This record gives sequence, structure tokens and C-alpha cells, in this order.
Amino acid sequence: MEPVNRVSIQFSSLPANVAFARVAVGSFASQLDFTINDLEEIKVAVSEAVTNAIVHGYGTDAGSIIEIAAGITGDVLTITVADSGRGIDNLANALQPAFTTDPERMGLGFSFMQSFSDSFDIQSEPGKGTRVTMTRICKKGVTPRQGH
Amino acid sequence: MDLQKEISGGVLLVRLSGEIDLAVTDCLRVSMDEELERDKLVKNIIVNLAEVTFIDSAGLGVMLGRYRKISRAGGKMFIVGASPQVRRILEISGLLNIMKECPDEKQAMGLAV
Repeated sequence: MEPVNRVSIQFSSLPANVAFARVAVGSFASQLDFTINDLEEIKVAVSEAVTNAIVHGYGTDAGSIIEIAAGITGDVLTITVADSGRGIDNLANALQPAFTTDPERMGLGFSFMQSFSDSFDIQSEPGKGTRVTMTRICKKGVTPRQGH
Repeated sequence: MDLQKEISGGVLLVRLSGEIDLAVTDCLRVSMDEELERDKLVKNIIVNLAEVTFIDSAGLGVMLGRYRKISRAGGKMFIVGASPQVRRILEISGLLNIMKECPDEKQAMGLAV
């Protein structure tokens, strides 16, 4: 089914844009009748995906572009976060909870994304980039408000 | 993010406010490490999160890194005042299993000094 409403955003892979991305998606998501707690979880999931794209996808290459697409279909919010960076060599390892290549990190980015989504999918190809797709169902089932 | 620091009785008290994500983790890490380097008598850390409105795993990673530093010398880390949303992230991450949670600074200070 085609989304009733959709947005897409492109922005530079800069740490300052992590907050922009989660607030933008959180604002879009609020068209569904998510609870405040749901919206907070959605924002954490987006923050984790964008942080991964900046830190692991592009590393120090700050001029690169991250793309977010979000759509609402019925009571389902779909969020895709994509980079064209290094990709992930060993996806199975990366998805392990607490797996990290840096002692200053928790290694919980994917765990948070999975915990706070109703479905989670990741496609990654070394040298080409990573695309994370998360869906979240609004349990109250209210259709998107039109004209806001 | 805003950051206030106090050292007293071998305890580093850090009051954080605002959003803790990748944009501020370097600043937070350097700021806390400066205090730990400057005053070798600091053994324990209290982090007051009462004014923190958002935290993700990047922010938690900084806290974990400081916890690892002080725990190597037998120190402890205390968490104070986390909002329900922030507390939930701390809980899921497992940090509340290794750090002591206190309702206020006074109680944390009583345990840390």
C-alpha cells in the first residue's frame, strides 16, 4: 500500500544533525496518535541509526549525505535511514548486543533500534553503504491527521 | 547540553542538562576526564541527570567509559534524578545494574564520600 503521507530529508553527516533528524521524524510521527513514550522511543531509534551512519558509515568524512525517508500508511510509521558509506563487513557481529569496536561506546545502537521498532531490517554492502528500515505501529490505530 | 562540575571529598559531581547525543559526547568526555586527571583523589562520580531531556547510546557510552576508569581504581558511579524516559534507556542498556541509582544528590553523596 502506498503511504498516505511521506517525507524525505537529506542532510550532512554531522553530529549536530542527529538531533535535527530525530526531532524531524518525531514531529512527522506525531501525526499518528503515538504516546509521548512511543515518540521518545522513535526518537531514540532514529538517533541511533543516524549516529551509526555518521560514526560507522562515514567516519570522519563529514561532507557525506545521510537520507531519511518516513512514511505513514494507515497506523504504520515506516522510517528508512540510509548512507552511502563503508557498509558493514560482518552484519551478524554488528547486530550482536554490546558488540562494539570502541570501548567508549555501548554497542547497543542496533539493540535500541530493534527494541523500539515493530519490525527492523538492515541491508548493508561493504563499500556501498547501509540502509536501516524500521516500522512502528501506532497501537491506537488513528489515521494520520490531514492538513496539519 | 550544559554541564556543571563540583569536586568535594573525593567525589566528582556532574550535573548535566539538555540532550546528550553524539553532538556533545566529545565535550562531555573531555570535560569529565580533565577533572579525573587534575584531581587524582577523585574516586567516585555522581552524575545528576535530572535536567537531561534525551540520551541515547552515544551518551551512555561516555558514562560507561568514565565508569570503567574509576572502577579500575575501586571507585563507584552514582546516577541521580533520571526522568522516566531517560531512566528507561539506562535500564535497557544495563547501566543501572552496574551503577548505583539514588533519588537525590544528598543521598548519593552520603554513599560516595
